[in-house]
Amino acid sequence: MRQIAIYGKGGIGKSTTTQNTVAGLASLGKKVMIVGCDPKADSTRLILHAKAQATVMDLVRERGTVEDLELGDVLKTGYGDVKCVESGGPEPGVGCAGRGVITAINFLEENGAYTPDLDFVFYDVLGDVVCGGFAMPIRENKAEEIYIVCSGEMMAMYAANNIARGILKYAATGKVRLAGLICNSRNTDREADLIEALARRLGTQMIHFVPRHNQVQRAELRRMTVIEYSPEHVQAEEYRALAKKIAENKMLVVPTPLQMEELEELLMEFGIIADEDETKVGVAEAAA
Amino acid sequence: MSGTVKKVDGITKESTQAMIDRTLEAYPEKGRKKRAPHLAPNDPASGSACVRSNRKTVPGVMSARGCAYAGAKGVVWGPIRDMVHVSHGPVGCGWYSWGTRRNLMSGVNGVSSFAMQFTSDFQEKDIVYGGDKKLAVLLREAKELFPLAKGISVLSECPVGLIGDDINAVAKQMSKELDLPIIPCNCEGFRGVSQSLGHHISNDTIRDYVIETREFSEPETPYDIALIGEYNIGGDAWSTKPLLEECGFNVKATWTGDGQMEHIAATHKVKLNVIHCYRSMNYMCKVMEEKYGVPWIELNFFGPTKIKESLRKLAERFDDRIKENVEKVIARYEPRMQEVIEEVRPRLEGKKVMLYVGGLRPRHTVGAYEDLGMTVVGSGYEFAHSDDYDRTAPEMPDATVIYDDASEYELEQFVHDLKPDLVASGIKEKYLFQKMGLPFRQMHSWDYSGPYHGYKGFPIFARDIDMAINSPTWRLVKSPF
Repeated sequence: MRQIAIYGKGGIGKSTTTQNTVAGLASLGKKVMIVGCDPKADSTRLILHAKAQATVMDLVRERGTVEDLELGDVLKTGYGDVKCVESGGPEPGVGCAGRGVITAINFLEENGAYTPDLDFVFYDVLGDVVCGGFAMPIRENKAEEIYIVCSGEMMAMYAANNIARGILKYAATGKVRLAGLICNSRNTDREADLIEALARRLGTQMIHFVPRHNQVQRAELRRMTVIEYSPEHVQAEEYRALAKKIAENKMLVVPTPLQMEELEELLMEFGIIADEDETKVGVAEAAA
Repeated sequence: MSGTVKKVDGITKESTQAMIDRTLEAYPEKGRKKRAPHLAPNDPASGSACVRSNRKTVPGVMSARGCAYAGAKGVVWGPIRDMVHVSHGPVGCGWYSWGTRRNLMSGVNGVSSFAMQFTSDFQEKDIVYGGDKKLAVLLREAKELFPLAKGISVLSECPVGLIGDDINAVAKQMSKELDLPIIPCNCEGFRGVSQSLGHHISNDTIRDYVIETREFSEPETPYDIALIGEYNIGGDAWSTKPLLEECGFNVKATWTGDGQMEHIAATHKVKLNVIHCYRSMNYMCKVMEEKYGVPWIELNFFGPTKIKESLRKLAERFDDRIKENVEKVIARYEPRMQEVIEEVRPRLEGKKVMLYVGGLRPRHTVGAYEDLGMTVVGSGYEFAHSDDYDRTAPEMPDATVIYDDASEYELEQFVHDLKPDLVASGIKEKYLFQKMGLPFRQMHSWDYSGPYHGYKGFPIFARDIDMAINSPTWRLVKSPF
């Protein structure tokens, strides 16, 4: 069983990419489980065709304690026999979402959700490794492979570099490794070249360039992956290609994150940001 | 006795320093360096602290300290009898701090006092989703079940601070809804180095939410005082309050032993604050002095010598009527105190005692032991600050060992060297020394006895000390030295 965690800047398309990739793996005959690690609980809707899956933490809240839960209450099966679980958690601004992830994953382990027949477990994790809870999927004996979803936009690349830093920290004490960048295209200039370059600097690879296509949105409106909605579509072929590359990927590295200056140099090299003019820093438009 | 430097045979600055150095030898270099400034021979003439204090405990040593929550719940808030005190968080903190300090209460439970354990009993779901909604429900239920409670305190346990539950907002909203003072106290256990910060946070909370919110119903008199830092351990306040009343004072409020919130809230109207435990309540005394011009005086009600000194010192602040009353009161009780001393002192004369306690006792009880003919050969505090050690210096004999945040190992070594006849400390130390065959008194909660304060308390103190040291039990135990 290979355990894989997907990280990346908020809104970059982690959940969409994860579910389409998982659907691709399923169509290749692989047995997969998705563990959604985000209180928004939108990591499994395209597989289950559901608005929102009942989450581990929601049921814990309803029934009182985690001991009152059965695995069957929270583990649902969707397209291609993909098993789906959502950790769930609080609305923004209250409680502790990180603890929700820890509680949910502990529950899955104790109740035998990790069956030997599984080929892959995917953790779809909220944004960055903001606290211990969101690092739970990459702790000892869990995900050892991490893919970062990014795009050619500056902030997505900043985030990718930050996540690489987090991985470096955990790599020092465990087996977790960076397995590649997934470029979820935003149609920015020289995007593939840029992400290739960033990947090289991080010591990894751009495992796939997923072009932007409206078919993804069309499928999402029907709460489906592209693979299920239109298996013959060119975009479905892209996700199958990504799935195949992940299944065959052997390139697991300890990342070499960039210093902030190095990252800015890279962005300048590709014309994403202009050469810094210190005289303009902090000057408002009206004052300039 | 104070004013003259006391000496103990065989104890010199050099001998004490040598004992400290020998003890420190067991530590690794880093720990030794950190602990060394917390241990020193007393220098009474200097009148200032000889040790460093109020620092983080050295990791790995056995410390007797508590936490900020303990200081808030156990010390300051818990004894206020007409309030419901809610331990907000998992159940353990509330449960194990329930009544263990023996701060006794009068009144009818559930009607005029609320000596029950209230907790929000956090579960996983409360951590993940936040406990604020549960708190609101709990507050409504508390008001419904106990409509006569004068207010509710909400005391944060650690997880509340970690997950960022906004108890202040809930308290504000529910206070309005229930038309009841609801007082949020952000006393998460992980804050600060000891329970001392919990006292400070609680004092600040009283300043922000309680003081000045009520007035006394009776007209003011020149003899209105409040008794601050008196926690009614084993009924102490039931000795000191009547004593002060006998002297002609109106004790308008006690903080907080057997205390009432509405009296505490009106304390800014008294003429003088009498403070017993300086460490836990000096903050509010200073606030009341600065903001309302209420002066304060620090007194000691342990043992006839200190009681007499204190009452006279107090009378100095008032008119002749009070001065005459005080002399009459002293004259009334002194013979009885002399009887006690005459009976017990021959059995205790020359006996040595080592103290290691909390807020005020490492200095305030010294006089009481001396009244019994005993010598205090070592003293220290769990959570004191420099100003406490300043006040300790003149009370302790010259060159005796002073220890701050002492570990069990250090105390054990000092006991081996000093061979005291009694150790007076806490429950964590009790069985260590009893197993060594040493008489011991648990001096945080008076070892299931008390009161020890005032004229009513001294005979009980004398009896207990006599009983501890002269119990025939100890003849059956072989001492290791």
